[in-house]
Amino acid sequence: MMNRYPLWKNLLILIVALSGFYYAAPNLYAPDPALQIAGASSSQQIDDRLLSRAQGALDEAGIGFFGEVLQNQGKSALIRLNDREQQLRAQSILSRELGDGFIVALNLAPTTPDWLMEGGATPMKLGLDLSGGVHFKLEVDVAAAAERKLNQYETGIQKRLREERIRGRISLEGSKVAMQFRTEADRESARREVADLYPELFLDRVDEGDTWSLYAEVTEQTIKEVVDYAVTQNLTTMRNRVNELGVSEPLVQRQGANRIVVELPGIQDTAEAKRILGKVANLEFRLVAEANAPISDRQRFEYRSADRGGMTEWLERDVIITGESVSNAQAGFDQNGQPNVSISLDGEGGMLMSRATRANIKRRMGVLFIERKYRTRYEQDESGEEIAVRIPYDEKKLLTAPVIQSALGAQFQITGLDNPAESSELALMLRAGALAAPITFVEERTVGPSLGAENIQLGMRSVQVGLALVVVFMMLYYRVFGVAAVIALSGNLVLLVGIMSLLGATLTLPGIAGIVLTVGMAVDANVLIFARIREEIRGGSPPQTAIAQGFDRAIVTILDANITTLIVAIILYAIGTGPIKGFAVTLSVGIITSMFCSIMGTRALINLIYGGRRVKTLAIGGVARKVAGTEEAAG
Amino acid sequence: MKVIPFMKWRWIAVAMSAAALLAAIGSLSVRQLNWGLDFTGGTLVEVAYSDSADLSAIRAVLDQEGYEGAVVVSFGTDKDVLVRLPDGYSDEQGALMVDKLRAATDLDIELRRIEFVGPQVGEELRDDGGIAMLTALGLVMLYVAFRFQIKFALGAVIALAHDVIFTLGFFSLTGLEFDLTVLAALLAVVGYSLNDTIVVSDRIRENLRKIRRASPSEIIDVSLTETLGRTLVTSLTTLLVLAALALFGGEMIFGFAVALLVGVAVGTYSSMYVAATTLLQLGVNKEDVMVPEREGADQDGLIP
Repeated sequence: MMNRYPLWKNLLILIVALSGFYYAAPNLYAPDPALQIAGASSSQQIDDRLLSRAQGALDEAGIGFFGEVLQNQGKSALIRLNDREQQLRAQSILSRELGDGFIVALNLAPTTPDWLMEGGATPMKLGLDLSGGVHFKLEVDVAAAAERKLNQYETGIQKRLREERIRGRISLEGSKVAMQFRTEADRESARREVADLYPELFLDRVDEGDTWSLYAEVTEQTIKEVVDYAVTQNLTTMRNRVNELGVSEPLVQRQGANRIVVELPGIQDTAEAKRILGKVANLEFRLVAEANAPISDRQRFEYRSADRGGMTEWLERDVIITGESVSNAQAGFDQNGQPNVSISLDGEGGMLMSRATRANIKRRMGVLFIERKYRTRYEQDESGEEIAVRIPYDEKKLLTAPVIQSALGAQFQITGLDNPAESSELALMLRAGALAAPITFVEERTVGPSLGAENIQLGMRSVQVGLALVVVFMMLYYRVFGVAAVIALSGNLVLLVGIMSLLGATLTLPGIAGIVLTVGMAVDANVLIFARIREEIRGGSPPQTAIAQGFDRAIVTILDANITTLIVAIILYAIGTGPIKGFAVTLSVGIITSMFCSIMGTRALINLIYGGRRVKTLAIGGVARKVAGTEEAAG
Repeated sequence: MKVIPFMKWRWIAVAMSAAALLAAIGSLSVRQLNWGLDFTGGTLVEVAYSDSADLSAIRAVLDQEGYEGAVVVSFGTDKDVLVRLPDGYSDEQGALMVDKLRAATDLDIELRRIEFVGPQVGEELRDDGGIAMLTALGLVMLYVAFRFQIKFALGAVIALAHDVIFTLGFFSLTGLEFDLTVLAALLAVVGYSLNDTIVVSDRIRENLRKIRRASPSEIIDVSLTETLGRTLVTSLTTLLVLAALALFGGEMIFGFAVALLVGVAVGTYSSMYVAATTLLQLGVNKEDVMVPEREGADQDGLIP
């Protein structure tokens, strides 16, 4: 029994430890408070002239800054500030100087040195409970979505039956559209028409006395699709709007079937955030004005897309329909494989559209996209302080202006699009007006910046105190072996932070608690091993054998115990939300790293200390004195 | 080493556990839990005044503004104030209330946090929590049954349930708030207590195979004695860090730390007494842990 590790094992441990340090290191560099400047629309470029304007404004206000750079090929710029206290003031100064065309966002710029950046090492992200910010959870109202859909079906069926001159009574009954007819023949033709119009409806025939009834039921699947559609639609609009809020690292994510989570680090003004997130876009369909139309009857609009930047079109003042009439818009392909967008209108919209287009074939029709925007004005309040006032206005821009090929009804296509990307973008915009289902805020958490900073501080202090207590205890109780365990434990902590940074995990307050808990539990494997070694010594084994046997026999126990804990951690991750997930991640990673560190790491250290030489006693505490031959019977 | 006759006193332990569990269940059914905002829904606002805040003045303001059912307490220090509104107020009310508090005082008010949880979310979290707990217990039982034997699995699960109910009872009796972090702590308690139970079970299995001519009760005593040192040391280090967390971690993590402190303490006891006693009463014996004969070797001849 020589207790020596082969070279490759020692090397492996060394490499793991070094990479742990490397990837954990970025967390040691505190980020700089910074401001990020970006254009309000994605096409806007930021140049050196703008940057020097910003610098001038900051200079004038006496705010210290450094390291200003352009980023993302001139799409944004970053200015680092000397003092975190001045960040908010600097933001308002710059917003004012640069105007509404630019968004100035609070940012924490990492200060990771180049030698770490090269290996892809980045610091851990801080959760909202540590950085401060707003967390929203929005929910699509499933019941309302179903009801709205049902109403659409009712109007649609009514209209079709009227057109086909089928007489019957149509009403809503619970989750069904009920139709009553005088004759069976009427019902049969109605059934055919409805099945043709809405193949997704489930149709059921019921005979009650002398009325022939037909029930059309919305299937679960259809409701699911409606909700799904509403969530996807909202998700996209939210992403676009969040950019307006001036947040450097926003998160917009779908959660479950009908929820959307929005996280905005650094935002304090929740009312403002909600106003922007909750605003509704709309559409207007208008004919393109004829060249000789009087100026009082027409208006000029710019195109929205950057490809046609600056191009304009004259439209008539009369609105054919608005976006509320659009019930669906889907990107697809026509029979020639060209990208197109299919639009469905509701009954009334279809009627208006057909009336307007019938007489205007070969003319063009423009689609306007209307968005609520805000203009900032600075005013003095009663006490003479300057305050920013946000004035809303509607921005109307032209999406497209296709030629009308034939009289349009409730269903029509826009063709002649350049590529599938354009068609899906257009479909998305067209759907924006038709909010498929109402959406409500079901959860909201705001954490102020001071509380966040305090949480970090408290968390760090408990890690330090906890670690110190464990270190002292282990060294007193297990002597040399305790020192080895403590080194392994510190290595474990570094490795844990390194892996979490590498995984891009977010550090939350419960995550810190998980780290603390890991510190406490991680020594367990070593305690198990040391207890076995002590037993071996009591049983009369020579020191080297005791070490080898102690490690070998404890490993099975350690594995069993840790795998079961891992199962629990995974369940925690699966059901948990936000901060709880953070705790589960820390716990799982901690279990794995602590097994590696306390089994392999400690063994390597013990081998270095005791391995390969004759040893009379082991400094493992408790039983050390009894080693020299005095056997004690167990049991 | 002297063997401690643990099993001789097992009926005292059973009586103690039974009494504690009865008290816990009784309190849970009468007083229930002081559900936190995460589960009840509602609005919670924490603000920091620049100087000590006058709670009764704040209550008066809220009364006057028509915030019915608002609960105002100081939080940590006398400058920090926590206001909790019951479910039913809209999501904007938290921010509006801060504005009203600002208007009503000369002191500076800093917003620390606002939390709004809609009723549907709360209910869902409660259900999910329960499901998670049951799933955890179920999977753990399967794993232990597979790695050990069904009697061990039953022992482990009964010990876990014991710890969870005890900790829940503790929260019910003390009226400490039960929020999402406490639920997470409870699942961590399951993990921890399980860890302990597995270590003990592992030793019992080993000794059942190793020690001849001893009754199951004696073997359990030997196993518990042998693992006692380890059990106490690990619990001690864990309790040390948890105490640090409870003392220095701040208000937001206090409930979490307390749940784990209680859970770990009772988990240490239960892995020795509850799990082992269950095993003994289920009549664990050497046959339960026999290493199965290599099947291939003697069955070859039977296969035509």
